[in-house]
Amino acid sequence: MQADTTLLTTADGQPLKAALKSAASKAKRRAFYLVAPLLAFVLITFIFPIGQMLHQSVYNPDFTIHEDKGTKIQTPIMVNLQVWFRETEIGTVPDEAAFAALVSDLIQLRELRGQGEVGTRINYDVPGTRSLFTKSARRAAKLEAPFKEAVLDLDEDWADPELWQAMRTAASPYTMNFYLAALDMRRSETGEIVAVAENRQIRVKLFSRTLTLSIIITLTCFLLAFPIAHLLATLPLRYSNLLMILVLLPFWTSLLVRTTSWIVLLQSQGVLNDILVSLGIVGANGRVQLIYNEIGTVIAMTHILLPFMVLPLFSVMRTINPSYVRAARSLGATSWTAFRRIYLPQCVPGIGAGALLVFILAVGYYITPALVGGAKGTLISNEIAFHMTDSLNWSLAAALAALLLAGVLALYWLYDRLVGIDNLKLG
Amino acid sequence: MALPKHASPLEKIWHYTYLVICTLVFIFLIAPILVVIPLSFNAEPYFTFTEKMLTLDPEGYSTRWYDLLLTFGMQNPGAPRDGMWWSDAWANAAWIKAAKNSAIIGFFATILATVLGTLAALGLSRPEMPYRRTIMAILISPMIVPIIIVATGMFFFYSDVGLANSYTGVILAHATLGIPFVIITVTATLVGFDHSLTRAAANLGASPTTTFFRIIMPLILPGVISGALFAFVTSFDEVVVVLFVADFDQQTIPRQMWNGIREQISPAILSVATILVIFSIGLLTTVEVLRRRSERLRGLTPG
Repeated sequence: MQADTTLLTTADGQPLKAALKSAASKAKRRAFYLVAPLLAFVLITFIFPIGQMLHQSVYNPDFTIHEDKGTKIQTPIMVNLQVWFRETEIGTVPDEAAFAALVSDLIQLRELRGQGEVGTRINYDVPGTRSLFTKSARRAAKLEAPFKEAVLDLDEDWADPELWQAMRTAASPYTMNFYLAALDMRRSETGEIVAVAENRQIRVKLFSRTLTLSIIITLTCFLLAFPIAHLLATLPLRYSNLLMILVLLPFWTSLLVRTTSWIVLLQSQGVLNDILVSLGIVGANGRVQLIYNEIGTVIAMTHILLPFMVLPLFSVMRTINPSYVRAARSLGATSWTAFRRIYLPQCVPGIGAGALLVFILAVGYYITPALVGGAKGTLISNEIAFHMTDSLNWSLAAALAALLLAGVLALYWLYDRLVGIDNLKLG
Repeated sequence: MALPKHASPLEKIWHYTYLVICTLVFIFLIAPILVVIPLSFNAEPYFTFTEKMLTLDPEGYSTRWYDLLLTFGMQNPGAPRDGMWWSDAWANAAWIKAAKNSAIIGFFATILATVLGTLAALGLSRPEMPYRRTIMAILISPMIVPIIIVATGMFFFYSDVGLANSYTGVILAHATLGIPFVIITVTATLVGFDHSLTRAAANLGASPTTTFFRIIMPLILPGVISGALFAFVTSFDEVVVVLFVADFDQQTIPRQMWNGIREQISPAILSVATILVIFSIGLLTTVEVLRRRSERLRGLTPG
């Protein structure tokens, strides 16, 4: 029995173990090479931009670096103030040195024409201060010592300790302030985290509205999808294939088309209200406001997301063996008991998959709420878009987006855990 | 789903209620899509059925909104409709421009997504693929991450690298969004793929390239085409990324519709909607035919 002592080798004399190992790693590498181009593509065009956005949410150099729009040359600004902030502690009352630094920095700003951006940056934290910067920068060159008095003569708002605290935090480009703002909080003049005034607390409200509406949409989707998924799963295939088209056609129809249709249907002068009036359910003057509020968002989004609930439910229900329910019935269960104790528990994987998918998609929805939501039916995505395109507070938009992203990724992880991404099916 | 003979009256009532509920849900699904079709032929600039329309009076109907699609944005819409008029429409009409942009962007984004996605799906469905789950999660994520976040990220990135307001930028972005659909459909096709076929081909002396084009490709083609159609529709329907990273020159059909809905909604939007509904019926038919063909190829007969 020599085989026990000598190593098994391949024909070319390699040890078998090593040969198998190298073959396996070769196969691994081959599989990976096929995926590598796409992975690189997605990393560059998708993961990296999102990473950059996350960076933007904690980094805002508007108060420390000025970039010339034409030449793209970057100049450090507010240098003297930064020195003063470094040398003093939080909450120090600004002295003559501080105001002297401020004036010299404002003169530099004026030369660079950068007072607008700096003012806007502080305006995010202390509303109403943008004009203070533009006005003071214009006159800074004419000011003479003692600077404290001169500046306060110009505008006494410069004495505001909150303003100085805002400048102190803005003096370091890395800040968590935008996350505080995204959660309706701010730093007080002594650097503590406090809630903003009640009438300015809008973002937490928007987050909770997004959550509530998404839950309502998921529930209505479930209630509407369950009966038709059951019907599709139990009908003979000839009929169910035909009815399936009614589910798939909306799925393939442009989102904007479906949203437009709902505007047409739900408008106060629209089709649905006309039917209600002609049926005499509501008076001609009492037309129901169905759109540009939460109702519009819920109806239109339920319609749009319904296929995402029907398809997973259907694929689970199709595999349920009907003889279990029959067995329960023959053992004396009423049809309700048989449904509740036998059928429903077997649907749970489908319910979970559909509900999670619908919820994930609903939380981040933008287009439909923007078009049919009015003021009351908009979601957090619309707030992000507002700060991106209108208020131009990109760091705040990025912070809001980061919070939303964290929530969605947590749900995505849960979905992968419970359902498995491989089981995601389309049509 | 037939009712057994021994069903109690209560069960019978419930059964018919259930059928009514199902019918109502189907109406809820399909009515909003169909309602735009007759309304797009409205002679009046309203979004509801006029009395003339309800009495089927031909005067209540017109194709003026379809005509407006052609003339809107033209330099000389009132001219006689000869060759010059049509070339003016082709060059200047806003909706035709948008359609051209949609087609160009959709075409290139689809090619990019399909080629890269199919290759990756082939790798992902090999049993020896390392880190399969993580990589799959990354590749599917563009479908899950809220579109506004994607658009925000791309806005910053493309502005930095100088791809903002360019066709390339929009095409790359749309390809990224279409990739998950290609991966999902192609991997689903590959689940039933018999790997002994490729081994047999190799055994008979075929090179990997020959095996791919002669053996694998014909078998997975239906999946690849449905994936490509999904990718195309994703691009064709996308508006948020276009809003953020595209310029006026890259206006697509959804972008133009978005303007129309936000600013001044006119029945012209409904005629675009009708055209798009017919377009999607065509796409759905193609995908269904392909799905059945693929099931037949793989020996799964739909009962």
